Amino acid sequence: MTEAARLPETGTAFGIYLHWPFCAAKCPYCDFNSHVRHQPVDQARYARAFVRELEHFAARTPGREVSSIFLGGGTPSLMEPETVGTLLDTVARLWTVSPDAEITLEANPTSVEADRFRGYRAAGVNRVSLGVQSLHDHDLKRLGRLHDAATARRAIGLAREIFPRLSFDLIYTRPDQTLAGWATELEEAIGMAADHLSLYQLTIEEGTPFHALHAAGKLVVPDEDLAADFYSLTQEITAKHGLPAYEISNHAAPGAESRHNMTYWRYNDYVGSGPGAHGRITERKVKHATIAERNPEAWLAAVEADGHGTIADDVLGRDEVADEMLLMGLRLREGISVSRYHALSGRSFDPDRFEYLVRDGLVERVGNDRVRVTSAGWLVLNAVIAELAT
Amino acid sequence: MTTPLDHIRNFSIVAHIDHGKSTLADRLIQLTGGLQEREMKEQVLDSMDIERERGITIKAQTVHLTYVADNGETYQLNLIDTPGHVDFAYEVNRSLAACEGSLLVVDASQGVEAQTLANVYQAIENNHEIVPVLNKIDLPAAEPERIKAQIEEVIGIDASEAVPISAKTGLGIKDVLEAIVHRLPPPKGDIDGPLKAMLVDSWYDTYLGVVVLVRIIDGVLKKGQSVRMMGTNARYDVERIGIFTPKMIDTTELGPGEIGFITASIKEVADTRVGDTITDEKRPTAKALEGFRPAQPVVFCGLFPVDAADFEDLRAAMGKLRLNDASFSFEMETSAALGFGFRCGFLGLLHLEIIQERLEREFNLDLIATAPSVVYQIVMNDGSEIDLHNPADMPDVVKIAEIREPWIRATILTPDEYLGSILKLCQDRRGIQVDLSYIGSRAMVQYDLPLNEVVFDFYDRLKSVSKGYASFDYAITDYREGDLVKMSVLVNAEPVDALSMLVHRSQADRRGRAMCEKLKELIPQHLFKIPIQAAIGAKVIARETISALRKDVTAKCYGGDATRKRKLLDKQKEGKKRMRQFGRVEIPQEAFIAALKMDD
Ligand SMILES: Nc1nc2c(ncn2[C@@H]2O[C@H](COP(=O)(O)OP(=O)(O)OP(=O)(O)O)[C@@H](O)[C@H]2O)c(=O)[nH]1
Ligand SMILES: C[S@@+](CC[C@H](N)C(=O)[O-])C[C@H]1O[C@@H](n2cnc3c(N)ncnc32)[C@H](O)[C@@H]1O
Ligand code: SF4
Ligand SMILES: [Mg+2]
Repeated sequence: MTEAARLPETGTAFGIYLHWPFCAAKCPYCDFNSHVRHQPVDQARYARAFVRELEHFAARTPGREVSSIFLGGGTPSLMEPETVGTLLDTVARLWTVSPDAEITLEANPTSVEADRFRGYRAAGVNRVSLGVQSLHDHDLKRLGRLHDAATARRAIGLAREIFPRLSFDLIYTRPDQTLAGWATELEEAIGMAADHLSLYQLTIEEGTPFHALHAAGKLVVPDEDLAADFYSLTQEITAKHGLPAYEISNHAAPGAESRHNMTYWRYNDYVGSGPGAHGRITERKVKHATIAERNPEAWLAAVEADGHGTIADDVLGRDEVADEMLLMGLRLREGISVSRYHALSGRSFDPDRFEYLVRDGLVERVGNDRVRVTSAGWLVLNAVIAELAT
Repeated sequence: MTTPLDHIRNFSIVAHIDHGKSTLADRLIQLTGGLQEREMKEQVLDSMDIERERGITIKAQTVHLTYVADNGETYQLNLIDTPGHVDFAYEVNRSLAACEGSLLVVDASQGVEAQTLANVYQAIENNHEIVPVLNKIDLPAAEPERIKAQIEEVIGIDASEAVPISAKTGLGIKDVLEAIVHRLPPPKGDIDGPLKAMLVDSWYDTYLGVVVLVRIIDGVLKKGQSVRMMGTNARYDVERIGIFTPKMIDTTELGPGEIGFITASIKEVADTRVGDTITDEKRPTAKALEGFRPAQPVVFCGLFPVDAADFEDLRAAMGKLRLNDASFSFEMETSAALGFGFRCGFLGLLHLEIIQERLEREFNLDLIATAPSVVYQIVMNDGSEIDLHNPADMPDVVKIAEIREPWIRATILTPDEYLGSILKLCQDRRGIQVDLSYIGSRAMVQYDLPLNEVVFDFYDRLKSVSKGYASFDYAITDYREGDLVKMSVLVNAEPVDALSMLVHRSQADRRGRAMCEKLKELIPQHLFKIPIQAAIGAKVIARETISALRKDVTAKCYGGDATRKRKLLDKQKEGKKRMRQFGRVEIPQEAFIAALKMDD
């Protein structure tokens, strides 16, 4: 390992991520830490565990002001509003929460969950992110989703009434999808959207049923070339409607970006609590990467025994910090600050490689301190980062 | 006391690869009590790790056996187990020179193969008495009677008294021992004459330094004696003297006909010359032995450290290996593409592979090997001649009058059904058929072939077209003029010197095309498109293009993904480290060798 990175003060953004690991059914493409339980989950007991783990992290991050809270999953909209209330109240008790904090809950758009929206709002949630995925019933079925398009539309409508801010997710480059079909679907989605959308190309994740089907040739998705065309088309349509990409898969009207997610990409600190949650917290100027036990019951037992479910707490070296900063920051339209990169990592870009990337139109300088990856570069970001990181 | 000549028998065990020489040696050692039961293991003489792993013999080994024969007499038997693979033919050759007889082992299920012939002919040339031994008769497929007839027909020696055995089960081993005593001649020699001993082999031992294997011809060699090596004219005092049982046992003297070892504070194996004559300093013999031709490296390639910082370690490692293997040569080489490394000479491809593997394993180095090449003779316009070991060093063509390349005489034995494909393979490799005959349903074909066409993948191709049934042996015969041209390879318009090679003009297009296609497979897509060209001089003879990477991005990356993404990036960086940078292009190391494996 390299010496631990000495971090200069970085912005004030500080987020809390809470992971709710349960879902009503497992989607065949999903590799998130989500579990289906046939017995009812004892929410009160989990809430108590979250409280204990948050107390543990609060002790490690004294004096920090929380700028965002994100309830993610899994399916956090399976939580009772009281459970959400307990968690949010706990955060408020343990830290100072900024008055304009963004408090997001990830929700699945089934009717049962929509019924709880008002309760979540009352508990303090001010933004929802809905997992719509598609506006076509046929595709929703193939994706193994439990909702249909009509229900999703109603959920969007209701959420717009109840919450000050709303975003929803769509998955594209789905099996058998065409460019024309996507253009129509996307236009329709934009019509229903508020000022934020997440548009993800379907990733065939290892270990999922989709991966097995794909390997067996039974699931055909657009190839690299076509996927690149899908991406360009998406950029065009969203830009035309005033929702340009501020991150590779995230679109917003200026000012409507997700503050919580920006915390990740700008490589600021966040606490990660709950089964499988990851965190990045700076203690005595050193960045720690924390990982919690993934299995919900094992996490619960660990927290009840030790006050936290952390299974790994690594101090990141300068190189690791540098790599993460590139991996996260170059996903943003705003790019990264070269001086901050240099200060954190002690690394600078190889001038030859950098110039080639600029000449090939994959990377560009913005002002005198920022560097960003162009839209063309985003399509091959992994390779661009590998060039810049060596 | 030295053993009387008529109670000594010296013999080599020769055979085609894998016919069971080392296993027979095991049984002979066991039956005569050279090793205790608990000290035995399979092919006990194959002591190097690499020999044990690959199940082959690389280095000849000598063992002194004490055998009480059925006639009640006690005999000293000196056995030399030899390697079967053609690359190590010189080991066989010098072993034969130290003996009067050979056990010719033939696998009774496979019969006579190419190295059976090569080795037995060498034994005959050395005036050996030969006892044929039919091994593996425990196998259901064994046909000892048919193989006997085959030996008589093909080799032309009497096989009526061939000894049927199973080296595996131990069946017939006693018969082999009796045959050695009764059918092989004792050595000749004059115990009172001035000392004359043959330097059979030498190697480096970490504890003892250089150990020399000797065969006494005349006189007696004693501990403490002052001796002179007649070839190198170096003088030494014998420090230790002894025999291998196969354990090293010290004695005080060795008499005529005996085989044993000495140590004498010799610094390097390179200070000794195999085949040299050792004589007494004060009372030298009048006439030295004929000696052998030293083993000449015939295949050359560049070896470069993957990490340039390992260059000095590589040099040290090569020096150490050479202590023990004087047939391997190396000298420093600089490549624009690969940096500092060494141009190394080997006896053949197996030898190359083994040295590379030993360097990597025993010295913990990561190496890039460039395409193997033969030694060309370049005749310049001014009449001078150059030995060209490296295509990258080829002089300007306008100054060259003639290029000559080494040719071999190859002997291939194959079941009839594969003959067609084998002839085509030889023909495609510019072969000239010399002879074709039949041994039952097996064909024996002889071809003259340019070594250049053989070094790379001929053996692999032969094995694949014959499903492993063909056997192959060769010897270098002469140099012949050839219409050879230097083919260079350009990646993204930059010449990659380590990929250039000499090819025959008639093969250039095909090799060029195959090379470009292969590189296209081997070089990963980059952020830009990469032209790959093969050229002779300025003329491009083949080209391919690697298209630019179109899409490589992760759709989702949030707080929980940073660790995983970072680990992926680490892997990517590791991968890049194992590539070589040419201008902007990164070429994987395997490409330097793999690009030449043609699938014709
Ligand atoms: N069934 C059977 N197998 C045998 C017999 N003798 C040897 N083998 C097997 O044949 C293989 C080759 O035996 P080795 O003794 O290593 O052959 P070699 O001739 O010394 O081989 P090289 O030194 O590589 O030329 C081994 O797997 C042995 O176990 C035998 O009598 N019967
Ligand atoms: C953390 S997930 C969970 C949200 C919620 N449970 C749901 O599924 O609606 C957030 C989003 O990731 C996206 N996603 C999940 N798996 C994906 C995959 N394999 N490929 C592309 N996007 C994926 C979906 O759009 C999903 O809404
Ligand atoms: S609902 Fe969301 S988190 Fe749950 S399995 Fe489906 S995609 Fe994964
Ligand atoms: Mg052997």
